[in-house]
Amino acid sequence: MQKFRTVLGAATFLLICAAIYMVFIYAPVPSNVTDMPEVQKILYFHVSAAWIGFLAFFVVFVCSIVYLKNRSRKWDMVAASSAEVGVVYTSIVLLTGPVWGKAAWNVWWTWDPRLTTTLVLWFIYVAYLIIRNSAEEDEKRARFAAVFGIIGFIDVPIVFMAIRWWRTIHPIIFESNSVGLTPKMLTTLFVSLGAFTLLYLYYMLLRLDISKAKLQLAELKERLRSHY
Amino acid sequence: MRHFWSSVCAIVWKDLKAEFRTKEMLSAMLIFAFLVIVIFSFAFDPGAQSIKQILPGIIWVGFFFSGILGLNRSFLSEQINDCISGLMLAPVDRAAIYFGKVFANLIQTTLVEAVALPVFIVLFDFSYAGSWLWLIVVILASTFGFVAVGTFLAALASNTRSSEVLLPIILFPVIVPVVIGAVELTKALFAGASISSVMIWLQVILVYDIVFTVVPFLLFDYLLEA
Repeated sequence: MQKFRTVLGAATFLLICAAIYMVFIYAPVPSNVTDMPEVQKILYFHVSAAWIGFLAFFVVFVCSIVYLKNRSRKWDMVAASSAEVGVVYTSIVLLTGPVWGKAAWNVWWTWDPRLTTTLVLWFIYVAYLIIRNSAEEDEKRARFAAVFGIIGFIDVPIVFMAIRWWRTIHPIIFESNSVGLTPKMLTTLFVSLGAFTLLYLYYMLLRLDISKAKLQLAELKERLRSHY
Repeated sequence: MRHFWSSVCAIVWKDLKAEFRTKEMLSAMLIFAFLVIVIFSFAFDPGAQSIKQILPGIIWVGFFFSGILGLNRSFLSEQINDCISGLMLAPVDRAAIYFGKVFANLIQTTLVEAVALPVFIVLFDFSYAGSWLWLIVVILASTFGFVAVGTFLAALASNTRSSEVLLPIILFPVIVPVVIGAVELTKALFAGASISSVMIWLQVILVYDIVFTVVPFLLFDYLLEA
């Protein structure tokens, strides 16, 4: 396991280097972006982080169901790790969004359906982490978190639809103009998506190791206590 | 099935009886709803024309905030003397406890809304000309969605260390669709538009009501494990 982690870490590092090279050197700047074309490069990180964020929350949802079915600690640990990493990725999305938005739309934030849904998503999974923090016993924490992991994920499509209809009623000031991606740009996007996926897996392994170490520590303490 | 609904009714009856003995929660919710009006009238100029446009939002913020107070109590009161264990030992389906609590909360929240809504309208000097029937349908459907998921999450929160603080944090992100739908519908009714033009929001709320009745119903057993 240790070895696998090292290999994965090295692979992640290499792929991230490759992604950075491709984003800044290989990928062309779209011709229809005239002022500050470099800003558009944030798209590769922004979109990749968003996709992996959603993936992470989907993993939370699946692991929550499996945990409630078979009550194995393992699944709870995976769900917890994935939620934490997912919140980090979603935070990246919410932070990189305004940076690009200010340059492209000249506003930091607009209540666009995708932005707003991502924000609500972030709140839901921060709530998930707060639930994990405030339950006392391990078993209860896992059970409550799993229940909320399911509720939260089911809520997301309804939130998205509601916000979409809500925004179509109000005037949409900024049309999210889809910049046509050239093949080179598409390749770059997929490489950075791959890099972010590996980074997600690497974070997951690290986070799982922390959970396992915590569990071992608790067991050791318990043994020590019963010893004296 | 008869047994199920009679246990639901028994729990509703128990909760309402306990509440009406002290009226502690109802009066607190009501006062809080009034306070929201007063605070909002300081925050926004109550004489301005634009107030008509934001009045639906103010009303629903008042309803949701005061509703949270009641929801917080509904399971915390069962923690005293470990009443929740007594409920769990009762030979009924656990879902009956959930539905009993939902309907008890629904009745209490609706009562508060029924008193608060005219006060909101009077204090902001608004004359409502639309259909009262549809307004009642909208308020009931939205309140049900809020209470259905709120009761479930209140049961979750009551079992944790920081229950009162936890509930708003975990409930508000989840009820976003109800908030949007309720405000849009009320806004349309207040503006004198026909309900058919905003039917989509009633549908959103009804779908939400169904989803967040069925899912908590399926998951409630997992919350109340000893």
